[in-house]
Amino acid sequence: MTITKNDIVKILSEVMDPEVPVLSIIDLGILRDVKIIDDRVEVIITPTYTGCPAMDMIQTNIRSVLEQNGFLNYKISTILSPAWTTDWMSEKGKEKLKSFGIAPPMPKQHICNPALFHEEEAIQCPLCQSYNTKMISRFGSTACKALYQCNDCHEPFDYFKCH
Amino acid sequence: MPVNISTYQPFNLSLHLADNALILGHRNSEWTGHGPILEQDIAISNIALDLVGQARNFYQYAAKLMNESSVDGKENITEDTLAYHRDAWDFKNCLLVEQTNGDWAKTILRQFFFSLYQFYLYEQLQNSKDSTIAAISEKALKEVTYHVKWSSEWVIRLGDGTNESHERILKALDDLWKFTEELFIPADYELEAANKHVGIDPSLLKSKWFQKVIEIFEEATIPIDNLSGLHSIGFYGKEGKHSEHLGYILAEMQFVQRAYPNCEW
Repeated sequence: MTITKNDIVKILSEVMDPEVPVLSIIDLGILRDVKIIDDRVEVIITPTYTGCPAMDMIQTNIRSVLEQNGFLNYKISTILSPAWTTDWMSEKGKEKLKSFGIAPPMPKQHICNPALFHEEEAIQCPLCQSYNTKMISRFGSTACKALYQCNDCHEPFDYFKCH
Repeated sequence: MPVNISTYQPFNLSLHLADNALILGHRNSEWTGHGPILEQDIAISNIALDLVGQARNFYQYAAKLMNESSVDGKENITEDTLAYHRDAWDFKNCLLVEQTNGDWAKTILRQFFFSLYQFYLYEQLQNSKDSTIAAISEKALKEVTYHVKWSSEWVIRLGDGTNESHERILKALDDLWKFTEELFIPADYELEAANKHVGIDPSLLKSKWFQKVIEIFEEATIPIDNLSGLHSIGFYGKEGKHSEHLGYILAEMQFVQRAYPNCEW
């Protein structure tokens, strides 16, 4: 049987982000490519943040699903460029994130511009859908999230910040 | 063919960038569990995490270059070797990042000065001819952008806050300003790396950096009249000459690896 890239991608769709367990590495855009040369599989991934502690566990989980499915001849490569962006998150992923109670990232803006100091995005509350929300802190429970609170329903929530 | 690693510019530049990030990351991590409020404890710890992540990437690259340059191909240097098994004079971090945390105002101002510098530096280094340095810089730049935003907002909040917060940020400025000059004085390896288009001459970043500092300070109502007078303190961390603080940082950070070499957990 010839292995196809789709077979491997399907297997890897079971690998979830340990910190946001509703999202797979495909939803997040962490999986960049799969190459198959003869019988050897190469899985190419990119980290969300340079210090993201979930990356080690994600690699372990990739190994584990590949081996469970009988693929022993593989290699996991990490690339840094082009740098990961929340624009790579799938629409399906954004919906899953929202129903999990985390506001999904807005489309990427020119965040690498320090002139944008005080311009804030209107982030929709994932619970009551109001846009009347405020930022509590730029940094949340993980590197990829910021803390917000809804001014209408008063619930605090995480925002998966644009990156 | 093995290269002479001690003069190989991508190696020295990577170590310098890694040391800067590691030492400030370590300093910031000293706040974890001690932040003034929970949200800001999380923020400074997140910044520490980003910085240690950047340091790891630069150390991994430096270790790879060392292993490739080994004559018999038997070196087994890792990121941990470089972080835990070098002494103060081997570290190439600038003096600013090793200064003590002091109060929240001093920590904030140190972060603001350094993040702004890193922002303009990585902005240039993402075009480095060395593809690994370029890729790490491109990635780190996005993180640093958040650090700049966060720290400048805090500088404004403290400067334009209460009498006490204003006094404290002025005291922090008095403590830290003298260490900013070094950021823009190139070490030999920075100049050589710049000549090879691997690095950049940091003196070229100074005017942009200074302009932004003035802009934020004006909003923070921090007087800027006395800022022009940069004076050298006579030695530079970039060249391995450090203040007394680095030794204490290393003593704590490296203790386990020194006591139990190569232990893992």
